Amino acid sequence: MTIEEQEKEITAEFEFFGDDWEAKYEHLIDLGKSLPKIKPELKTEDRIIKGCQSTVWLGAELIDGKIVYTADSDAIITKGMVALIIRVLSGQKPEDIVKANLSFVDKIGLKEHLSPTRANGLVSMINQMKKEALVKMQGN
Amino acid sequence: MIDAKKIREQFPILDQKINNYPLVYFDNGATTQKPLRVIEAISLFYKTSNANIHRGVHTLSRVATDLFEQARRTVAAHFNVKNEQQIIFTAGTTDGINLVAQGLSKSHLQKGDEIIIAEYEHHSNILPWQMWASENQGKLKVIPLKEDQSLDYEALENLITPKTKLIAVTQVSNTLGVLTDLEKVTAIARRHLIPVMVDGAQSAPHMPVDLEKLNADFFVCSAHKIYGPTGVGVLYLSEKWLKNLPESKPGGGTIKTVTFEKTEYADGALRFEPGTPDIAGVIGFAEAIRFVNEIGMKTIFEYEHELVQYAQNLLKQIPEIIIYGVSDHKAGVISFNVKGQHPFDIGTLLDKYGIAVRTGHHCTQPLMQHLNIDGTVRISFAVYNTKEEIDFFLEKLKKVITMLS
Repeated sequence: MTIEEQEKEITAEFEFFGDDWEAKYEHLIDLGKSLPKIKPELKTEDRIIKGCQSTVWLGAELIDGKIVYTADSDAIITKGMVALIIRVLSGQKPEDIVKANLSFVDKIGLKEHLSPTRANGLVSMINQMKKEALVKMQGN
Repeated sequence: MIDAKKIREQFPILDQKINNYPLVYFDNGATTQKPLRVIEAISLFYKTSNANIHRGVHTLSRVATDLFEQARRTVAAHFNVKNEQQIIFTAGTTDGINLVAQGLSKSHLQKGDEIIIAEYEHHSNILPWQMWASENQGKLKVIPLKEDQSLDYEALENLITPKTKLIAVTQVSNTLGVLTDLEKVTAIARRHLIPVMVDGAQSAPHMPVDLEKLNADFFVCSAHKIYGPTGVGVLYLSEKWLKNLPESKPGGGTIKTVTFEKTEYADGALRFEPGTPDIAGVIGFAEAIRFVNEIGMKTIFEYEHELVQYAQNLLKQIPEIIIYGVSDHKAGVISFNVKGQHPFDIGTLLDKYGIAVRTGHHCTQPLMQHLNIDGTVRISFAVYNTKEEIDFFLEKLKKVITMLS
């Protein structure tokens, strides 16, 4: 699936909840809980993206020309957001990742989590994901 | 007695919905909301009396100067300070601490000296001293906490050496709400002839503060945590330091005469107030002081204490809750965690129910390291909060815990 198709799928998935924010957040929490564990060797000090409040660890590996991201967070809602972003960007080509605008986050009503308060580290995580993609692109 | 309903009517911001729920504002430790009379005092100044102060001969300048100096007297009386020149208007608590630190570093502090602070200090009362220490081979010493997260005053005595030149402590921990026993601290300090600076950012909003009785050398607080505007604060200097603290922020308005060779500085508070101050803010702050005095600081303290006790007892009934700062001597604040949950998640979901709490390290990372946690959820009260709000908060907190587990 392309980035765009993934975004469409997630948007449709969240449309189902309508205005029921409690159900939406319960889903987000479930996504966070089911996020595959990051490899322990990738959960290191130098891979920490520190938000003011919650912390994110990001791993990126180039496999067959595509970037496979893995990540973790100590806060479950952040982890749910991480799961969504990984679903969209992981397994994509670096050049597509760099261009991705992730507008689906706005469409599913979770834009507040990408506000630049640096509380949760998500904005920094996305920047870091794109940076990794850029580095791997130039490495090719 | 507090008529919370009548008080709430004076705070327009409280009458609104956040995420379709009535706003419950429990982040008063960060900043309090402002009563209409404060907002109107600021607006009225700009509408009718705005001019620069201490300079002009024209009528508006005189009116503005009078209002500003009246505000100084209002604040001085509020803190029971006889000479209003001992009240210096700053940009806030942080600004006040930096003024003290920079002034002391010019005369009082020598290379290799030691400064004592408490383990629960806000970063604002750590960083200026740490910076001075790192530049001057000085040492920052810390009064440790006991099991109940109150200060270990016996340990303080042992920290003192002939090189100790200042004890700088907060009166109320912004994270835990725990009260410092300042009588003990000042008694020990006097015995060793060490000056004391008190950070009153979290005490001045919640309790009567009598600076004559307190007998500290320096006291700082912020207007915006006492129902006043942001960007205004108070630095109190004892008579001795009013004369002896070197000025560290030179600028317009602080002088008697200036030549290119040298400057003679003004006496009194003006020496520490360079440039055009936040005139409207200071006038708004005086109105906030009148607001709290009409209710009475003692009444406010008792009412908020009742709210803290009420909330704390209900929180204790939830088995997953861990409360920090178990000492009974507390003002206005409760910090807690939910076992196995991140404070960020709790705060995010409470916000969805219109409840504003603070989460994180509260600018007290060393305290977090001592407690071995990353952060807490903090609720902090003001005079307009009610038991009904606490009930609603607890109902939703239980819901949030269920959602997360």
